[in-house]
Amino acid sequence: MIHLHDINKTYFGAQPLHVLKGISLDIEEGEFVSIMGASGSGKSTLLNILGILDNYDSGEYVLDGTLIKDLSERRATEYRNHFIGFIFQSFNLIGFKTAVENVELPLFYQGVSRRKRHKMALEYLERLDLLPWADHYPNEMSGGQKQRVAIARALIANPKVILADEPTGALDSKTSVEVMALLKSLNEEEHKTIVVVTHESGVANETNKIIHIKDGRIGKIEENLDHHASPFGINGVMK
Amino acid sequence: MSVGGGTTSKEYKGLKEGRPIQLQDKDINSTRQKFAANVDSIDAQISHSGVTITYGENYLSTEIDGVSPMHARINKIEMLHGRFINDVDNSQQRKVIVLNEDQAKELNEHDPAALVGQYVKMDSLAFRVVGITQSDQTGMNASAYLPFFTLRIIYQMGDKVDNINFSFHGLQTEADNEAFEKRYKATLNANHDAAPDDEDAVWIWNRFTQAMQMNMGMGIIRKALWIIGLFTLMSGIVGVSNIMLITVKERTREFGIRKAIGATPASILRLIIIESIIITTFFGYIGMLCGIAANEYMDATIGHEQVDAGLFKATMFLNPTVGFDVCIEALVVMVVAGTLAGLIPARKAARIRPIEALNNVE
Repeated sequence: MIHLHDINKTYFGAQPLHVLKGISLDIEEGEFVSIMGASGSGKSTLLNILGILDNYDSGEYVLDGTLIKDLSERRATEYRNHFIGFIFQSFNLIGFKTAVENVELPLFYQGVSRRKRHKMALEYLERLDLLPWADHYPNEMSGGQKQRVAIARALIANPKVILADEPTGALDSKTSVEVMALLKSLNEEEHKTIVVVTHESGVANETNKIIHIKDGRIGKIEENLDHHASPFGINGVMK
Repeated sequence: MSVGGGTTSKEYKGLKEGRPIQLQDKDINSTRQKFAANVDSIDAQISHSGVTITYGENYLSTEIDGVSPMHARINKIEMLHGRFINDVDNSQQRKVIVLNEDQAKELNEHDPAALVGQYVKMDSLAFRVVGITQSDQTGMNASAYLPFFTLRIIYQMGDKVDNINFSFHGLQTEADNEAFEKRYKATLNANHDAAPDDEDAVWIWNRFTQAMQMNMGMGIIRKALWIIGLFTLMSGIVGVSNIMLITVKERTREFGIRKAIGATPASILRLIIIESIIITTFFGYIGMLCGIAANEYMDATIGHEQVDAGLFKATMFLNPTVGFDVCIEALVVMVVAGTLAGLIPARKAARIRPIEALNNVE
């Protein structure tokens, strides 16, 4: 599904910063993967490249058979809209739109008719037990509810990959567990490919495969099917 | 164009300056023959003042003008009842008279229209009233009209003419008119032994150049208003543009999110420009309503007020309105202005890169 080969990325600032130093990685369809690393390790940059939000300097990124390289902004937008669902640390819901309108947004940009996208958005909200909050604005909801709205928004366009950037970073431990359980069930029941970027070992422990990044290089890749990778991860305790 | 006799200002052929000039039939002939290229119809006019017109017990004192049928057309005289002087009146030197509205009211208070066909006495002669003209309140056309030749014979004026009025064509520019006037004066001056370049021997009143100057003046005022309006609009555009820029800055994050989940730069551009157009059109509409209200207020107050210049009355602002065409024009201007105002902020918004916007956490 995701194929990275020797990805390099340098930020040219006052001092050039070589952030990604030859990343090669393969993620198969239906995998539930986390990318772990300390801040500054390059994991956010890697996620931006995976999410076609940023360009890379050299290497090769193939997403579901499509080479993603030097795209025009139009094409990049189109691929983002169809291939990728984003879940952010700070939810990134639009404040003056209700939950259902926020969920509708990706379909709006696909040109789906108003009636159809409204119906679909309500269906997804129902699946995430948010139907009573459909007409509420983000600031009337709790963090966990907001993140579930964001997940509904990420799912609605039926993307190939769901990228979650610190999805529990702004949540308390109880809702963190709920959100991770939700992602897990999406992976198990609907075989969604999910990539979670985090620096919390407890979150990473919930995933089936942990990719450690350090200083722009891939350290080790752990298979974590029994979820015992982290001593902090046992019994679902996070933070 | 109206021509009359003046006073010479130069000595010429041994004649002293300060000599009054009286126009004569030969001047009409010169006008007709030598300026046929430009002159259409000619009206000769001669006046006599201090006559008394009597009808029954009522009488009034007035000036009478001997005119030709053309006079009504050249001076835009409207008939209320009956007809104006015609060619037959002139050629047969009939004793007919055309009164104006005010005079008719004075002579027959209750039913001025009934005067048409009746005889009035003017000094010792009876004249038949053939028509009543509309009084235009300008103070001009206040005299009674007789056929030109009738008047000249009754008052024994020989071949004298007071004014020659004629309509003309083919003089488009002010320079054309000036050249024509110069040639015309030289010709008439020669008829009366005045210096060809004497400016004052014959006077000319040219309505066409006056109208042209008036139009030019109005044009300048109109242009000035447009320029003021456009500058005001421009400051408005800058204001809206500024507000939109601030809005875009505040909403950087929102645009970042939109782009991350699939908004194309074009859709962001459209979003901002449409918002900008809505803002300008909405407030422009309010402005237009204010303008309409101001016009209605003017209509209710000074719209019915008449300016009294002593001699005549005139309504200065009759029915001020904002026309439908002006509304449509204003709408178009506002949409264009809104687009212009939104252009720079929209481009800025469209260029926002999603990662930068998303990293910008509060």
